[in-house]
Amino acid sequence: MTAAAGQTPAQPVGGSLTLNLMRLRTFIAMFAVLIFFSFAAPNFLSAENLVLMSKHVALNAFLAIGMTFVIIAGGIDLSVGSLVGLCGMVAGGLILHGIDLRFGYTVFFNVPEIILITLALGVLIGAINGFLITRLNVAPFIATLGTLYVARGAALLISDGATFPNLEGNPAFGTTGFAFLGAGKILYLPVAIWILIVLALIAAYVAQWTPLGRHIFMVGGNERAAALSGIRVNRVKLFVYMFSGFCAAIVGLIISSELMAAHPATGETFELNAIAAAVLGGTSMSGGRGTVGGTIIGAFVIGILSDGLVMMGVSSFWQMVIKGVVIIAAVVVDQAQRKLQQRVALQQMAQLA
Amino acid sequence: MIEERFRPGDSEIVLRLEGVSKVYSGTIAVKQADFEVRRGAVNVLVGENGAGKSTLMKIVAGVERPTAGRIVLDGKPVVFLDTADAMGHGVGMVFQELNLFGNLSVAENVFANREIMRNGHIDHAAQERETAAIMDRLGAPIDPRARVEDLMIGQQQLVEIAKAVAQNVRILIMDEPTSALSAPEVEILFRVIADLKSKGVAIVYISHRLEELIRIGDFITVLRDGRVTGREALKNVDVHWIVRQMIGSDAKDFSAPSDHNFGDEILRAEEICLPRAVGGYAVDHVSLSVRGGEILGVYGLMGAGRTEFLECVMGRHPLASGRLYIERELVRERDVGGRIARGLALIPEDRQRDGLVAILSVAENLTMASLGKLTWFFHIRSRAEAEAVRGEVKSLTIKVADPALPVSSLSGGNQQKVVIGKALLTEPKVLLMDEPSRGIDIGAKADVFRLMRKLAAEGLGIIFVTSDLDEALALSDRIAVMSQGKLTALFDRADAAEAKIIAASSVGHYHGAATERQGALL
Repeated sequence: MTAAAGQTPAQPVGGSLTLNLMRLRTFIAMFAVLIFFSFAAPNFLSAENLVLMSKHVALNAFLAIGMTFVIIAGGIDLSVGSLVGLCGMVAGGLILHGIDLRFGYTVFFNVPEIILITLALGVLIGAINGFLITRLNVAPFIATLGTLYVARGAALLISDGATFPNLEGNPAFGTTGFAFLGAGKILYLPVAIWILIVLALIAAYVAQWTPLGRHIFMVGGNERAAALSGIRVNRVKLFVYMFSGFCAAIVGLIISSELMAAHPATGETFELNAIAAAVLGGTSMSGGRGTVGGTIIGAFVIGILSDGLVMMGVSSFWQMVIKGVVIIAAVVVDQAQRKLQQRVALQQMAQLA
Repeated sequence: MIEERFRPGDSEIVLRLEGVSKVYSGTIAVKQADFEVRRGAVNVLVGENGAGKSTLMKIVAGVERPTAGRIVLDGKPVVFLDTADAMGHGVGMVFQELNLFGNLSVAENVFANREIMRNGHIDHAAQERETAAIMDRLGAPIDPRARVEDLMIGQQQLVEIAKAVAQNVRILIMDEPTSALSAPEVEILFRVIADLKSKGVAIVYISHRLEELIRIGDFITVLRDGRVTGREALKNVDVHWIVRQMIGSDAKDFSAPSDHNFGDEILRAEEICLPRAVGGYAVDHVSLSVRGGEILGVYGLMGAGRTEFLECVMGRHPLASGRLYIERELVRERDVGGRIARGLALIPEDRQRDGLVAILSVAENLTMASLGKLTWFFHIRSRAEAEAVRGEVKSLTIKVADPALPVSSLSGGNQQKVVIGKALLTEPKVLLMDEPSRGIDIGAKADVFRLMRKLAAEGLGIIFVTSDLDEALALSDRIAVMSQGKLTALFDRADAAEAKIIAASSVGHYHGAATERQGALL
């Protein structure tokens, strides 16, 4: 009995309907909250509100995409929230004060340069995380917890804890136009949303269609086997932390551009929202499993939930309780799905034998 | 028939397995096995790898429940729900893979889950006192307060034994207890065994080392492919008998060696060395070469350094030294990826741990090491990938409904084929196979052996590691024997004889005399 695999699609087996429902659960959950709030909260489905909401969601989604890669590779990145704050402060500081060279000269960069510098900073701190984890063997939780504090402290040090207000810039120095990131629109959609769409598509492509993406899954699924297959495990890990830092820098830029101010405490607990969105989207905390699409839907569920509850006037205390319950429920369903999936797979094998 | 001859012997039977079978998904590990354990005696259980010894003992120790058959203890049928239950009946087991908590102290390990309590808290002083007393009795100078992970492997093994001794078991199962022990530690162990025996404890002793069995065993049971093939009092048998029962008269389905000519030397390893963390070498200046189309078997006992040798060749150990030539060209690449690119591929011994990503699909596992070849710039060509997967599934006859299924849903044999397929997709020149037939059923074994022959005929050089003498003899064109990290002998197939190989595999072990005696027996 030779295997004729691939040509014939697997026969539908009992339980596949339930399985499909479970696979789509985050989708279903998203529509459920959408429908619920469209009745429960007035104006919820208005175009302005939807755009506003998706801007909120986008911030979370950026971090969650980076976090998804890190978690798939078997790690965790707690530093992203602080990194958002730090990157916002660096961008704000560069716009308002430039770099003081101490000879009575001050260097000002134009906005595209500032954006590049800030992104590079995010990548650099991600690289430091990666270095600590791969070369110095610090556990990801601890390494990124450390950089969480360092980055937050640095953000506060930049301005002595003060906010950088009015990031309008000075036309004489070419530092104007920062507002475009946060307030600009292209074809009716905010720039931030466009950036998210582009980044998400690239991330999904990388995950699905490139060796790098495949390697991320393998490193998270079985590091030893990956190493023995010639995969450069350390490089893969370094990449995911750098990418996560890059995503955090984007969020830092967008938030300070939206507010036209940079506050050093921006981004506190954002890392937890990002983890929640990834987990809600089906990313396994033990590594090796997750999708970019799922994560974005997860970010939407969390975003819609919190915005909707605000519009309904539910107290923020209850919001936290509800968010927690939703996250736990998502993981419980996820486990049930996996069990079912294994059973279906075994049934298919049994039919073959 | 044999039974009748010694059943009315002097030792009474404490425990008897009657017609016990154990089926795992896909494989039958134990078939209709009968096994008797006698009081105050060393009951030896031997068999090749995968013969079902460990499974049988796990049933006795309550780790596994038999699929069929029953366990009779003191004449009454019993069912062991779990290890604690078996322990309650006086059955203790020293596992091959150590079941110790490295982060806890020796005393805490010895009293794990049956801590000595006083006033509602653990009485550490009492535990340490008792542990010290047991260690004293064992003659093992181990500090009860030392952390287990700081001990050497041999000492850890003794802690494991102390744990069993501390529970006053009536039946003590030891699964390959000497595999990690040094010579003086083996002597300690044998003293402990003699001591327990005199106290009426029934010992079940599993080992590969025939000379050991002959030295300390009283009764022997031989398993082959899950069946009991022989039971005797050890004084009535010799090594020859044991080997015959283990291997069987009916030849296994090794495909016949094909008589193709060997090509040029394809891989040469010179002076490969791997230092051991505790001093000495795990691989001690080993030099080997293999020609295209040749199968080189590397035989040795557990811990002889065979696996480590393959890993050094593969570039897994940064601390390894030595020179490697592929097609007479020095290999400068020091990492696994570079060596794969130069035409080496490894099929690891433990496929769950080192070979597969269990949660990913069959297809993704197959192309794992060769994505570079299937990529256009940075894009995976899905059609080429599907093609490659289909090709391997077909040529290796991997039984899978859909390559998108997770690899963990396959049986052991098919999983092994996936690992082999993964290696073949890198288009290797030399295939390094570490125990390629471990843990797979007999049909899949035959497939794997046939495949090895076929690949060799296509010009690949194959180095395979085995602790199955029969396998080594049947498959290899040449046999290298390792012991204690050293290459101790190299035979052509023509002059490879069991006795010579076994002798070479125990060079440097504690029992120089035993080896000679055994050589005389054969």
